[in-house]
Amino acid sequence: MANSYDLIIIGAGPAGLAAGIYASRSKLNTLVIEKGVIGGQAATTEEMENYPGFYQGVTGPQLTEHMHEHAEHFGCKFVKDEVVDLDLAGYEKVIVTKNGRYTAKAVIIATGAEPRVLGVKGEKELKGKGVSYCATCDADFYEDLDVVVLGNGDAAIEEAIYLTRFAAKVSIIVIHDEGILDATKVIQERAFRNEKIEFIWNSTLEEIKGDGIVEAVAVKNIKTGEVTELETNGVFIFVGTVPKTEMLKGKVELDQRGYIPTSEIMETNVDGVYAVGDVRVKYLRQVVTAAADGAIAAVAAEKYLQEEENFKNEVLEKELATAVMFWSPFHQGSLDMVPMIEEFASRHSEKMDLVKIDTYRNQRIARRYDVQDIPAVLLFKGGEVVGRVAGDITPERLEKLATLA
Amino acid sequence: MLELNKENFEAEVLSSKGLVLVDFWSPKCVPCMELLPHVEELEGKFEQVKFCKLNILENRRLAIGQKVMGLPTIIIYRDGEKIVELSKDFTHEDLEAKLNEVTA
Ligand SMILES: Cc1cc2nc3c(=O)[nH]c(=O)nc-3n(C[C@H](O)[C@H](O)[C@H](O)COP(=O)(O)OP(=O)(O)OC[C@H]3O[C@@H](n4cnc5c(N)ncnc54)[C@H](O)[C@@H]3O)c2cc1C
Repeated sequence: MANSYDLIIIGAGPAGLAAGIYASRSKLNTLVIEKGVIGGQAATTEEMENYPGFYQGVTGPQLTEHMHEHAEHFGCKFVKDEVVDLDLAGYEKVIVTKNGRYTAKAVIIATGAEPRVLGVKGEKELKGKGVSYCATCDADFYEDLDVVVLGNGDAAIEEAIYLTRFAAKVSIIVIHDEGILDATKVIQERAFRNEKIEFIWNSTLEEIKGDGIVEAVAVKNIKTGEVTELETNGVFIFVGTVPKTEMLKGKVELDQRGYIPTSEIMETNVDGVYAVGDVRVKYLRQVVTAAADGAIAAVAAEKYLQEEENFKNEVLEKELATAVMFWSPFHQGSLDMVPMIEEFASRHSEKMDLVKIDTYRNQRIARRYDVQDIPAVLLFKGGEVVGRVAGDITPERLEKLATLA
Repeated sequence: MLELNKENFEAEVLSSKGLVLVDFWSPKCVPCMELLPHVEELEGKFEQVKFCKLNILENRRLAIGQKVMGLPTIIIYRDGEKIVELSKDFTHEDLEAKLNEVTA
């Protein structure tokens, strides 16, 4: 089928691009589906000073364009489309987009995050009319004009500094006491030195005003409750982000805030489905960690595909019955059992094969068949489990199992 | 697509009879550059609409005069009056739907 792939990656931000590079380099037939601009949030910032190796500065769009070329170089395919629905439950995953339908054996979710909307009066009405969430996109309008920035984390302060290249004055509204910013020290110092930047402390944005275009903001001092009006031409809002996981509700486990919890190797609670980058529960949401997640997930997905393919070929689709032994070289009890089970299987080789699964390396298949203790022997026939022996494995119990083959 | 600037904007858009589409763009705006080829394609489909584009880097005041402060923005005018305005998160499919509406 033309639309079926080994791996489909949803989202082409740094996390999805890095996954695409690793997956296509290891020869997985990989497709990246991106609804908007390649590069994701990283493509919306000119100020990228912390990606390893680029201390002299690289812009977000430059960096992500390199990642895009890199992925294409190894044969990764890209399609511009929006994923609207997914069916992830089976071995074959179905992905429905606005313009088509795709299937894949593994899926990496890299849908990232989007700017949090503040929810104040006038914000929605004046979006694109002076209210912006992206400095690079809109800075050019503000040459010699005044703008207000809301927020005080790294993104807010960096983007405010960027805006001083254009605007006459940049006023940053900060909720904390004078002198306190959430941004990293170096960034703070740079902002404090910048003559075009002015801080409004202990305050929040109460309302954005204007007739078809931003004219003023109402700023509220949270200490005194006083509201003052400030004339301005633009309002840039950087108050964090929210994950783009709406379409995943009920399909993949999400935390209360909508982020996807993952294991250390980026597995979600669904077999063959991984989550990477800003969309997952994690400590640091940056380009470098997004890229690292992507690399890990691609390698984990490749291993998953190989293991599932092997299990399918050697167990599920076999004519002959198969005894599957779950063991681990690190579990002495199961190690001791190996010779007896091998001898048992060879004695019945006319009616069964033996496959050994190391549960230290592959816990997924053990979990799927509810194998809690090792050693355990499960007998498969026609793709189904027809019998099992676990715990106290004796020659008698094994012989009984053989009668089911 | 017709390139607009401060010399021709009044005549080609505000005093122009019929439907005029203006794509406000900038070479620095990545989503605008992605949209542009689609808009050019739509130009072939809707012959009754005059398709124009305005580079905001060179015509910033003109754009602000039209109350455009964010990119990408597309405005459709009828007899010089704004009848449709799309800004920020819209797709070329959304634009096509609007064009179908206004030309129906
Ligand atoms: C203003 C700003 C400045 C920043 N500055 C820095 C910095 O200096 N250094 C740094 O390291 N980090 C910075 N960051 C953070 C960094 O950009 C993010 O951590 C990073 O982009 C996360 O990558 P991601 O791939 O997880 O997600 P994203 O970059 O959010 O990409 C997700 C992609 O998925 C696509 N998508 C979502 N849903 C769908 C769907 N249903 N179908 C198809 N596609 C979909 C989106 O369109 C998007 O392109 C900044 C962020 C912002 C907003």
